[in-house]
Amino acid sequence: MAEATSGTSVTTAAPLVSIRHLAKSYQRGAQTVPVLSDISLDIAEGDFIALMGPSGSGKSTLLNLIAGIDRPDSGELLVGGVDISELPEASLADWRAAHVGFIFQFYNLMPVLTAYENVELPLMLTRLGRAERRERVEMVLRMVNLGDRMDHYPSELSGGQQQRVAIARALITDPTLIVADEPTGDLDRTSATEILTMLQRLNADVGKTIIMVTHDAHAAEAAKSLVHLEKGELLQTERRQPGPRA
Amino acid sequence: MYLPKLIARNAMRHKLRTTLTVLGLVIAVLAYGLLQTVVDAWYAGASAASNARLVTRNAISLTFALPLHYEYRIKGVDGVSQVARSNWFGGVYRDPKNFFAQFAVSDNYLDLYPEFIVKPEERADYQRDRRGALIGRQLADSYGFKVGDVIPIKGTIYPGTWDFVVRGIMEGRDESTITRQMIFHWDYLNETVRKKTARQADQVGVFVVGIDNPDNGAAISRAVDNVFKNSLAETLTETEQAFQLGFVAMSNQIIAAIRVVSYVVIVIVMAVMANAMAMSARERITEYATLKALGFGSGFLSLLVFGESMIISMVGGAIGMLLTPPAASFFKQAVGGVFPVFTVSQETMAMQAACAVVVGLAAAIVPAVQAARVRIVEGLRAIG
Amino acid sequence: MAIPLHYIARNVWARRLTTALTAGGLALVVFVFATMLMLDAGLKQTLVTTGERDNVVVIRKGAETEIQSAISRDQAAALEMHPAVALTTEGRPMASREAVVLISLTKTGYTTPSNVIIRGVSPLGVTMRPQIRLTEGRVFKPGSAEIIVGSSIAKGYGNVRIGDHIRFAQRDWTVVGHFDAGGSGFDSEIWGDIDQLMQSFRRTSYSSMVMRLSNADGFDKFRADIDVDPRLANEAKREQQFYSDQSKALSAFINILGLTLTTIFSVAAMIGAMITMYASVANRVGEIGTLRALGFQRNNVLMAFLIEAVLLGLVGGIAGLLCAALMQFASFSTTNFQTFADLSFRFLLTPGIILKTLLFSMAMGLIGGFLPALRASRLNIVDALRAR
Repeated sequence: MAEATSGTSVTTAAPLVSIRHLAKSYQRGAQTVPVLSDISLDIAEGDFIALMGPSGSGKSTLLNLIAGIDRPDSGELLVGGVDISELPEASLADWRAAHVGFIFQFYNLMPVLTAYENVELPLMLTRLGRAERRERVEMVLRMVNLGDRMDHYPSELSGGQQQRVAIARALITDPTLIVADEPTGDLDRTSATEILTMLQRLNADVGKTIIMVTHDAHAAEAAKSLVHLEKGELLQTERRQPGPRA
Repeated sequence: MYLPKLIARNAMRHKLRTTLTVLGLVIAVLAYGLLQTVVDAWYAGASAASNARLVTRNAISLTFALPLHYEYRIKGVDGVSQVARSNWFGGVYRDPKNFFAQFAVSDNYLDLYPEFIVKPEERADYQRDRRGALIGRQLADSYGFKVGDVIPIKGTIYPGTWDFVVRGIMEGRDESTITRQMIFHWDYLNETVRKKTARQADQVGVFVVGIDNPDNGAAISRAVDNVFKNSLAETLTETEQAFQLGFVAMSNQIIAAIRVVSYVVIVIVMAVMANAMAMSARERITEYATLKALGFGSGFLSLLVFGESMIISMVGGAIGMLLTPPAASFFKQAVGGVFPVFTVSQETMAMQAACAVVVGLAAAIVPAVQAARVRIVEGLRAIG
Repeated sequence: MAIPLHYIARNVWARRLTTALTAGGLALVVFVFATMLMLDAGLKQTLVTTGERDNVVVIRKGAETEIQSAISRDQAAALEMHPAVALTTEGRPMASREAVVLISLTKTGYTTPSNVIIRGVSPLGVTMRPQIRLTEGRVFKPGSAEIIVGSSIAKGYGNVRIGDHIRFAQRDWTVVGHFDAGGSGFDSEIWGDIDQLMQSFRRTSYSSMVMRLSNADGFDKFRADIDVDPRLANEAKREQQFYSDQSKALSAFINILGLTLTTIFSVAAMIGAMITMYASVANRVGEIGTLRALGFQRNNVLMAFLIEAVLLGLVGGIAGLLCAALMQFASFSTTNFQTFADLSFRFLLTPGIILKTLLFSMAMGLIGGFLPALRASRLNIVDALRAR
């Protein structure tokens, strides 16, 4: 049982992500700008959390810290029992490859690689052979309903399709955690709904832990828990079940 | 004054790229300048030649000599004022690397070469000493020869070790005079040779012929050759300049190659710069669209691009031109005696400037046209 | 290689214009570099292959070239008598007395004449050089005013076809044959009968002697004997060594000139590569951030951009090499400073040159791309992701 400044998820199992007194600030010229101050939070395994807050609240920074692509200035950050703030850079890269799947607002696909190759990319960090990689890529692309578009380049796909490729890429290494930064930010309403539904399915059926940053209330409705941040501080967490999709 | 300011600031936006481009231009302009100077240096002998002098040699090739008695018959031709003798000695001073010209010449040789200035008392000393030698200023400076030094030369055409005593220094009248050479008495050579191999005696390498009227050069040359037509040793007489150009022509393929290559380096840097300008233009499409939306015309945008390209090429070109003379001196030292005259000509500098201008213009053409053609709406939508 | 090769290669292809311009600049440098190497190789082959291993050339002491040398008839006779000299089946010494003179001939398409070597040889002179093959006509008859012409002369000069006459030394000489000397220096020469030539040029001494030793190992003793003999003021050298020494200055000149030019040019081309690679990195900052987020290491990113730069160099190298290969159809002639005679040689492309050239072009790409690749690897992940 972890205590926090405000409501935490109630669970008997050890939380997947355990954050204690996390702080982070940035240098802007001669000034030091604090972005996160004294954040403490637990995220249970299998949860689907939406980090919300106005611009400048620090939600993206928190996500970056949990995902291991940035380092906190102080505090404790345990993911799956590992204090990733203590890991040296090379080990952190290996850790990310094994434990984190990324979904970005602008998809961040390599324009010169096909959908198949983009999804295959994280597997190049493993020792799997070509045949094994093919098996997994095809499986995961079918999961996102893009089996017939494998050989298309991102420029030949719609926004929604590109994001599905990104989701496939995020799933391919079977990561512990999926982090999504404004996944529906660049999509129209229909595609956004599609993506959110997919994320919900991944969470409900496959049991993936998803941490999503969004400022869109509609997107937040898909999540099971909400965490509100403002000016670098945790305001409140709500736990609820997602409502039916419109 | 808005346009120049905008152009200058744009150029400095990408400091690294601009610096690298300028550097590329400096190198290209410098290389071009040096290479053209090398070509000019090859022609140095021809440039220093006088049209008041003719050279008479054996018609078969320069490697054949002419009989001594030809001198009097040449003197007898109309229009000839003086005739001097000159034999290429071709000896080695200590090491074959120490290459410099040595000529065995008749006493009136200096009369035909007023561009060599010798102090009267030194000339008198030289006159008196059979083994005397006069050393050109450049040669004296290279090896530290002073009046009174004894110089041992190992003969190749005329075998044996020959000792000469420095009796004077020849100063050049101006920078184009080649003073990297040594002259000594033809009589001394001839006497010594006669004792060893009588057959080699009384042979002259070339006759230097002074004429009254430079305009009559061609006619007098023909007249001289006519005297010896159908004799044992037919002659070929030509102006000194033509004679020197004959030497240059021996390496004409190398010279042509160097000329071509000097322009290749300009083309290389043109490609580099066109690439850099194209990149900059691509990155600024949104800005160009914005300027157009604000009301600036296509002409203005083209000027922006050309202006930036020209500033970079002019700065690079100017630095390259400034560096060329010192680089030329350095090169001259480094290469030793191969090029006795190695000065950067005004023509070369003008060409350097022209190349910089051409590169600046050529590199900017495509980006300038693209900038002028930007459609506002598309440009504003583009992700730079 | 964690970051796949096809990702790297396709990025080079995706920015075609930039790649073309940069590779073009590199290709030009490579062309100059390769051509220079080919010229030197051609020169070496021409000279090194001139002459036979078993032949010895004797010239006057102190002379560096045949033009400067003179050997009297007495000296020639004494030399032929040396026990180390091989004998023909008829019991005569295998020696050729030779005289070398230069005449002026004008090349086709030029106005100024060049110096061409006329070599008078003894009857054995041709047979002592098995590399000489007659391609047309026949060898000159001893005692006649007939001459045979080397392949470079036949190609480069106008009126030297079989049956043509050249006039020198107040006589007309008839071309009766063309020969091929396997690309050696002899291809740039005209050969005739030694006695006829000596007479016409009014010479009483030979330029050199070429002799075959019965035992190649006997050379050192032969040379020593000649050196100390007071009647002879001569020195001996192996024939191939003799000709190779004669071009040292020219070879050195070509090498230094080529090296200087290539160094200067390569700096300009590397600057071009650097500009291109910096832009390549700048354009893909977002991708780099994504790759790092996905778990690729800094070193993976460094390697990927280094390989991209090397690929750029390789493209330029292949392009430049292909153009340089065309030079094999050209021939080059210039006056050898040392002998004063015109010498023709070809551009020779060897596997060694191909390898050196490709390595050079890849190195240019590598050096030019190093700093940009370093910058790419040093990007901060969050900043890179934000920068799109």
